[in-house]
Amino acid sequence: MALQKVLGIETEFGILVRGAPEANPIAASSVLINAYVSELARSTPGHPSAPKVGWDFEDEHPGNDARGFAPQGTMAPEVETHLVNAVLTNGARYYVDHAHPELSTPECADPRSIVQWDRAAEVILQRSMVAARRTLPEGQELVIYKNNSDGKGNSYGCHENYLMDRQVPFGRIVAHAIPFFVSRQVFCGAGKTGTEATGSDKASVPFQISQRADFFEEEVGLETTLKRPIVNTRDEPHADAQKYRRLHVIIGDANLSEVATFLKVGTTALMLCMVEDEFLPREWRLAAPIQALRLVSRDLTMRQPLELAEGGSATALEIQWEFFDRAKKYADAFGLDAIGGDEIGGDVLARWEQALVGLETDPTTLASTVDWVAKHRLLEGYRDRHGLDWTDARLAAMDIQYHDLRPDKGLAARVGLERLIGDDDVEHAVAHPPPETRAWFRGECLRRFPEAIVAANWDSLVFDIGGDPLRRVPMMEPLRGTQAMVGSLLDRCATAGELIAALDAAAKS
Amino acid sequence: MAERELKKKQAPAKQDEEVVEDAPQTSDKGDALKAELDDLLDEIDEVLETNAEEFVKGYVQKGGE
Repeated sequence: MALQKVLGIETEFGILVRGAPEANPIAASSVLINAYVSELARSTPGHPSAPKVGWDFEDEHPGNDARGFAPQGTMAPEVETHLVNAVLTNGARYYVDHAHPELSTPECADPRSIVQWDRAAEVILQRSMVAARRTLPEGQELVIYKNNSDGKGNSYGCHENYLMDRQVPFGRIVAHAIPFFVSRQVFCGAGKTGTEATGSDKASVPFQISQRADFFEEEVGLETTLKRPIVNTRDEPHADAQKYRRLHVIIGDANLSEVATFLKVGTTALMLCMVEDEFLPREWRLAAPIQALRLVSRDLTMRQPLELAEGGSATALEIQWEFFDRAKKYADAFGLDAIGGDEIGGDVLARWEQALVGLETDPTTLASTVDWVAKHRLLEGYRDRHGLDWTDARLAAMDIQYHDLRPDKGLAARVGLERLIGDDDVEHAVAHPPPETRAWFRGECLRRFPEAIVAANWDSLVFDIGGDPLRRVPMMEPLRGTQAMVGSLLDRCATAGELIAALDAAAKS
Repeated sequence: MAERELKKKQAPAKQDEEVVEDAPQTSDKGDALKAELDDLLDEIDEVLETNAEEFVKGYVQKGGE
């Protein structure tokens, strides 16, 4: 049986310093995050501040390759340890990566939950902008964009993570993930004006479906910053490596539509369940996956045939219809527990079907759920009204502004996107961890014992309970440390010292 | 052979029924969306970046990941 798909999203945000165009983006990102953490410390006594709880890099190995080897000449990503790194009480990690603020959601147990904590991430960035305004000189403002490209050839990522069974051969994942990722952009692309692919004339592509398709050059590989691969081989499970694999997906766009995030993660999780349970009889072998990725992104009619290696062809929608069709049968045969049960899993299937039907018949019916459709409709409407050419700077500006996270400026916030998560639930997720994963233990310990935790990372917490040497509490199981499993234990412990003693006693018995 | 199979799967009987039922709703929804878009376009100039060209030129990011 497929493993429960524990999920996470890491988003690198675009950052601008209004009023100081020459500002260093690394420093700006640090100011942003420090402002948020200081604001929390001010408003919540005892809240951990950034310098106190650091990220612990002991178990970070981004250079490990899932294929068991690293081809010569590839560059393993480096872990930057000197930049701001904060751990939040909702279990998220909020830090500076390269020249961007990045937020990694806590581990979530189902696709609805990931939408909730992804929305919470947006709120955290919004509050960070407000907090930073107080620390910046008059006339300066930090502005955050949830997008993936600056339109000038620079891209930054929105990565997804899926817990998988280590026993599944990596090659089998690759075989199905490539056609899936090439085709899923039709409902989870965030849309973009022009193209940034080397050698392409910008004006030759008025508008395309995906922000990211231009930047992918390999089918499989370890890189994330250059020669980006459709399937990333980073092998860093942040969990028991004998049992688990974490599939690190780098090809997706950051979504503003909650439904798009829900579908992106929900359908991918289902596809991976089917890979684990060997429920996909046919491999779609594309003759040229990189070329296909770009063809799909540039074809708003979604009728473009993609050549198959065996001969013949299929469109992105045909590929998605077959994955959908298998997923429905899979649900009947295996159930949907691995993606959160019948209600959430059923919703993934229903919305997936709606999206495919809409894309096939009339994409404009998806203007409240699919980002690229919402953006295209807005830009097309504006273009039509003012008689503009697609290369007009006003359309490029609207493209960027779609992703502006300021509530009074962001265009995505105005186009009528459907909401899945109510404001109260988003607010809750800003400060609280998901109860169903180990993120609950991380977040709750930080909330209850901020003074006793000196470092945290995905699979451990390090306590300083005075006297004894520092104590590392490992969390190698993503589905342990949940509220159901350790809630009453934490409630019984008034101090971190009592908690450690109770854990020691439990380990001995 | 695979393509023939696909065609069948794409047009299940159930889907046809739904299309018939949904037709008036979809067009209502379409009209409402169109009206919403018109309203949005009426007010959007107040929100848009004032100097689009300069703004786009100034939006430069470092690569990430």
